[in-house]
Amino acid sequence: MTDHPDVKHLLTSVQMAHFVSHGALRMDGVVPASLNERAIAVFDEGVPRAYAGATVDEAYPAGSFVRELIDLPAVAGAIHSLVGPAPLVDHHAVHIRQAHNGSAQPLHADAIIDTRDDAFDVQLMYYPQDVTLDMGGTLSVPGSHLRRINESDTGRYQNLRGQTRLVCPAGTVQFLHHGIWHGGRRNDSDITRYMFKIRFNPTVRQRLLWNTEDLRDPAVGEELRTRFPWYENASGRIEFVNRTRLWRALTGDPAFDLDYWTTRVDNRPQRVLPTV
Amino acid sequence: MTTSVTRQQVLVLYLATSALDAKVIGWSRYDGTGRTNPAAGDSDEPPYETGVEALLDGWRLFQVSPLTPPYPGSEYETSFLKHEFLFEKLV
Repeated sequence: MTDHPDVKHLLTSVQMAHFVSHGALRMDGVVPASLNERAIAVFDEGVPRAYAGATVDEAYPAGSFVRELIDLPAVAGAIHSLVGPAPLVDHHAVHIRQAHNGSAQPLHADAIIDTRDDAFDVQLMYYPQDVTLDMGGTLSVPGSHLRRINESDTGRYQNLRGQTRLVCPAGTVQFLHHGIWHGGRRNDSDITRYMFKIRFNPTVRQRLLWNTEDLRDPAVGEELRTRFPWYENASGRIEFVNRTRLWRALTGDPAFDLDYWTTRVDNRPQRVLPTV
Repeated sequence: MTTSVTRQQVLVLYLATSALDAKVIGWSRYDGTGRTNPAAGDSDEPPYETGVEALLDGWRLFQVSPLTPPYPGSEYETSFLKHEFLFEKLV
């Protein structure tokens, strides 16, 4: 991977704000057909396992299929914007869901409960074929990534209003925050479904790594204020505090707030008036 | 399997507030009859708009999540859905 993709391939501030509120960023059809057509044979053969914490060069040597995938300018630009240069490869996996596979994964977050609020890993998910609704594309819950839960403790939740049941064209890549609730859905179709994922760990402070020209665009705030239909009335407000914390960490702006939610409850004046 | 045995169907509704007539924001089903096989991500539309609608349709409420204050120091953290209501039908 290049150390710094051209700025035109980096994410914008509005896209980063979308990632902060949704925990996901989707790029439809960003991988060309020439790669998609080779992907399934590569995945059937198996992608050589990388050790946890490998560099990109170690895990995916130049000329390998996966290296071609993550060197695509739009993909490389998104990776850089989210986790910075020289991320480490936590792990990767080829997920194959056979036709008429009778079970769905329970809703879960990967790994274990993760309490970081000033850093995050991203999971790249690549879909080399058209995914229809009955193929059981990935279920994910936008805005769930900042909730503190441990792995499949959320398994009792089958459906939430506003959930995403992925339907996408071939060559789609989505980037997910490590904490997002997700799961592979049941494949009720005649087609075997493929998905390849890589989890990246940052090696630098994740601060202003994207194209910040639009940092003051009002659309940034609009993205950060997104409410999801599955939020409870009360907890939905606390999500604004979660996002404010993360946006402050990403921008280095300790005064940033969304509609005064955090400022109000942090207000503990220390100025003492003289006694009359 | 004999048909004379009473079996339990379970409906779990997650509501927007602690009130039973609040809007449904999440739902799960489990079927003791084996006639259906609900799974994660099998529907985008809730079976009812509110918890009370489930009562009107004959579901019996048997458990409600208690209201618990936040742990000191964790007041601004979010986690599981708070307002869980479990219903049953015996069929």
